[in-house]
Amino acid sequence: MTDTPIRVLIAKPGLDGHDRGAKVLARGLRDEGFEVIYTGLRQTPEMIADAAEQEDVDVVGLSILSGAHMALLPRTVALLRERGMSDVLVAAGGIIPDADIVKLKEAGVAEIFGPGTSIGEIARYFREHVRQRA
Amino acid sequence: MTEEIAAISSGERLPLARLLTRIENRDPSVRALMPELFAAGRGAHLVGITGPPGSGKSTLVNALIAEWRRGGRRVGILAVDPSSPYTRGAILGDRIRMMEHAADRDVFMRSMASRGELGGLASTTWIAAAALDAAGYDPVLIETVGAGQSEVEIARLAETTVVVEAPEMGDEVQAIKAGLLEVADVIAVNKGDRPGADRAARQLRAMLSTAGGRIERKPPPVLVTTATTGDGVAALADAVDAHRSQAREPLAARERASSQVRRALADLASERAGADPRWEETVGAVARRDLDPLTAAERLSRD
Repeated sequence: MTDTPIRVLIAKPGLDGHDRGAKVLARGLRDEGFEVIYTGLRQTPEMIADAAEQEDVDVVGLSILSGAHMALLPRTVALLRERGMSDVLVAAGGIIPDADIVKLKEAGVAEIFGPGTSIGEIARYFREHVRQRA
Repeated sequence: MTEEIAAISSGERLPLARLLTRIENRDPSVRALMPELFAAGRGAHLVGITGPPGSGKSTLVNALIAEWRRGGRRVGILAVDPSSPYTRGAILGDRIRMMEHAADRDVFMRSMASRGELGGLASTTWIAAAALDAAGYDPVLIETVGAGQSEVEIARLAETTVVVEAPEMGDEVQAIKAGLLEVADVIAVNKGDRPGADRAARQLRAMLSTAGGRIERKPPPVLVTTATTGDGVAALADAVDAHRSQAREPLAARERASSQVRRALADLASERAGADPRWEETVGAVARRDLDPLTAAERLSRD
């Protein structure tokens, strides 16, 4: 099943209205051959987990610029685990201080991509770290 | 009953989501499940929703879900968007307009990329619809962009096909072109708050009452809706519900079954031929023009 497209959910948790980065990433990942489910702005962790479950995605990519990442990202990871999706790769992008990055990784966020990361890098990371489907 | 189908029938969502993935991936394990999956079906009303890009399909689907939810029905949605023929990537954006139902446990929505190969759409979509049926969703909506042949495919698969148009999307001649309107069982002129919506609906009605095509049937109802406000949506849901019994008349059911079997037959034959050791050589002969495609297909379909 290695040649089936990787499914990625791109979501923006919280209240900031800046979705340009998320949209650029969505399009870039499409061009890299991913199937990208884009859910738009102002998502709660519950909405994101529900969507990830129904869409059975391999990766959940969270774009966050509001500063509320310490509240929203660990909660999203916890909800995914609760629903039996602990094998889904969770990654985040946005402006996140180094001190928080350590804590977020402890909470189960696999990787955090800061400003300036290329889409190619993100695509490579997803391909290398996504779960292997049975 | 296998544990998997039992879990899906009882309404568990992750097993359903994972089965849908295997269906999309054409995982060989699905084949063995088919008889059971079908037997577990509860006869959900299969509704296709199609129309040109920008006519407001997703927003209208969102409003329809709300309407059916008010009536206590559990709604399943398959939203199909095109895959890039070059990278095979896709952006599936229909959830954006349906997020208000994201936390509703009685709505299950799945985005599917068309995955071009072998006409991807219909060949796995009908199996995915069967899975939603087994999980107890009724109606099951299949949303596709109607801009080519896909709407004809969807009309063959769905029991009721809703064609969504928007005012100012072209003149009368656009509308008489073969295709989209001919497959409609119900027509929604959406964006009803825009000028010209009522006039567009009137023109469509006039045209459909006199036009040929499938003459033997009575013209489909044309309704004006405004998905963003909900105006006309209840009437649209009623029209779809009302068409259900018509779609289940023996002749219509037989026609649908026959295209399903044809479709499955074509998929099977093409899958089998693709795995045939003579495939490469035969295709090579066609490429060199030593062999015509029909004879090639005939050889490959022989044991």
